[in-house]
Amino acid sequence: MSLQPSERHLQAVKPGHPHDRGGKAQPMLIVENLKKYFPIHGGLLNRKVAEVKAVDDVSFSVLKGETLGIVGESGCGKSTLARLLMHLLPRDKGTLIFDGDPVDEPRGMSLRDLRRNLQMVFQDSYSSLNPRLPIEDSIAYGPSVHGMSRAKARAKARELLEKVGLRPDLFAGRYPHELSGGQKQRVNIARALALDPRMLILDEAVSALDKSVEAQVLNLLGYLKRHFNLTYMFISHDLHVVRYISDRVLVMYLGQVVEIGPVEDIYTQPKHPYTMALLASRLEIDPDQRIDTPPIVGDPPNPINPPSGCRFRTRCPLAEPICAERTPTLGTGAFAASDHRAACHVTNPVAGHSFAGRSLQSIAPSEMPARFAESA
Amino acid sequence: MTNAMPGTQSAVRPLVEVKDLTVDFVSRDATVRAVNGVSFDVMPGEVLCIIGESGSGKSVTLRSLMRLHPKARTVIAGHMRVGDYDILSLSEKEMNAVRGAAISMVFQEPMTALDPVYTIGEQIAETVMRHERCSRETADKRALELLQMVKVPSPERRLKAYPHELSGGLRQRAMMAVALSCRPTLLLADEPTTALDATVQIQVLIVLRRLQEDFGMGVIFVTHDLGVAAQIADKVAVMYAGRIVEYGTVRDVLLNPKHPYTLGLMASTVNGQKKGEDIDAIPGSPPDLRALPPGCSFAPRCRLADAACEADFPAPVIRAGGHMTRCFKANGEIRPMEAAGIA
Repeated sequence: MSLQPSERHLQAVKPGHPHDRGGKAQPMLIVENLKKYFPIHGGLLNRKVAEVKAVDDVSFSVLKGETLGIVGESGCGKSTLARLLMHLLPRDKGTLIFDGDPVDEPRGMSLRDLRRNLQMVFQDSYSSLNPRLPIEDSIAYGPSVHGMSRAKARAKARELLEKVGLRPDLFAGRYPHELSGGQKQRVNIARALALDPRMLILDEAVSALDKSVEAQVLNLLGYLKRHFNLTYMFISHDLHVVRYISDRVLVMYLGQVVEIGPVEDIYTQPKHPYTMALLASRLEIDPDQRIDTPPIVGDPPNPINPPSGCRFRTRCPLAEPICAERTPTLGTGAFAASDHRAACHVTNPVAGHSFAGRSLQSIAPSEMPARFAESA
Repeated sequence: MTNAMPGTQSAVRPLVEVKDLTVDFVSRDATVRAVNGVSFDVMPGEVLCIIGESGSGKSVTLRSLMRLHPKARTVIAGHMRVGDYDILSLSEKEMNAVRGAAISMVFQEPMTALDPVYTIGEQIAETVMRHERCSRETADKRALELLQMVKVPSPERRLKAYPHELSGGLRQRAMMAVALSCRPTLLLADEPTTALDATVQIQVLIVLRRLQEDFGMGVIFVTHDLGVAAQIADKVAVMYAGRIVEYGTVRDVLLNPKHPYTLGLMASTVNGQKKGEDIDAIPGSPPDLRALPPGCSFAPRCRLADAACEADFPAPVIRAGGHMTRCFKANGEIRPMEAAGIA
């Protein structure tokens, strides 16, 4: 197996993309006020008794050519968000604008066109491949559905296999069960690229792989991004990997965006107490840097009945009465690429929080309310 | 390591002694040697972390200590002693008495390890009653104490909860409460925090570490995450293709690794690498255990390998402090410059 795509496949391509419509400054994807509530049925007549607010009023944009990392605990809505963007789930509310065209609206972009331009790689590499198709046919399936002749689609599949580091003469005819986890994930990436998409959503795409294979696939993603001029949305719970791969990072908590900004700003100067706690939970490969007190206590609350006001206040060391009364926002207005915003009353000088306007790094643990002093 | 570690606590008898353990899985098509001559000791009150990738034999080693493999299809050879029990010579009935009492285990997936139709309290009490032959009331009281010990919030209410009503972190704590219910001398943990979020993982690790110190238990902790090992281990064993290739104190192995595989694993683990530069990944994939190469199993992926590596498997070399490696190339001091290029 050749491990990395050979250089001849990775010659620099011309800047810009043949399918580009909006120009350089137009974000690849704009998401506005996206909402998805899952109903819970129960009772005698099986009526709706509650809702899970999986994605609740989420707005952000993905710029052309960047990698946007999305982090958060399980159940925070990361994967629901990805499925909403792909239209694998119908959304309750909200607009999507792909390269200037509204999606699935009159005079906008059709779903068929969206799926051509936006593709996804899932976490479970085995269940996302058809076990009864040789991988070559799995990859060629998309192009042939979109009108490419069978022979051409196969040639395309073989070309892509080579680009993801699998020799077509050895691998093209194999079935998914004949491949290792890393190889299957390479096939999934090749399949996602088969329609010449402009953006990929990678939903925990490397999380199930062993470390040595994960590193190989991350390198591959880097090559492919440069080679095909791709834009990535990289969803992961591994904060080390997100820092390595992302240009900007979006932090989610219980269905909402709590912080967004350039990766180094977020990692060195987090503005939201949740982000700070997440970052402090990272484990270092150094036995001298052990963590003795947990940075955050408990599990995320139930998304069926989220806390009022700020949803993080039940676990937040800085929570005050104001946090229960008013919901902090990310602020309004257009986002610039370098904007670093957090939905926390502490960042807002006029919100009425007693730490308002101070940076989190300047607040000593001794100043925090007493109930969090004893931990775990 | 062949025998007990030189120079360390030679007066105290190790809690666990494993010598030349081999585990073969036999099927119609092939015999897979999942564990290939593994030897190690664990002192009382010591945490040994076994690190390795999937298929390296780390979980198989752990399960062998409790004889959890299907009997008809597994051939175990070698010697295993835990406390006063010679594991391989116990009858099935004796082994049942040992499981859950002297040796217990925490699994990766608490949802499948716990019984969905019994409450948490019933499952803890069942274990206590089975091994200590006490009354239901005593067992219930013990269950409550145990939930408090593993820091489950509002434990009275959680005793009456079914596994599906708990979050992943709480389920794993309940699992730990079951495992600790008879005060085992040895706790086996098979990736217990892998399925948890980072924020919950660190809480569980801290609780586990604290209980281990309070109980004075020996712990064998299997993980693929070097960060978890750094957080919890006293000793670290790195496994590759069924063998321990490096062993030593956590500081020796993680701060001063000698084996090219350990170095490669560290280079592959994303942790502060420079953006835009490739990660120094180990090329290739682990060998097929049905047909291992005759020499060093890591040689096909190793940049330092030469003809000698492909001919013979290296014998263990033990340095000061019990730091053991099985590598022809790591016997000299590897300078940091070279080390960086190895991975």
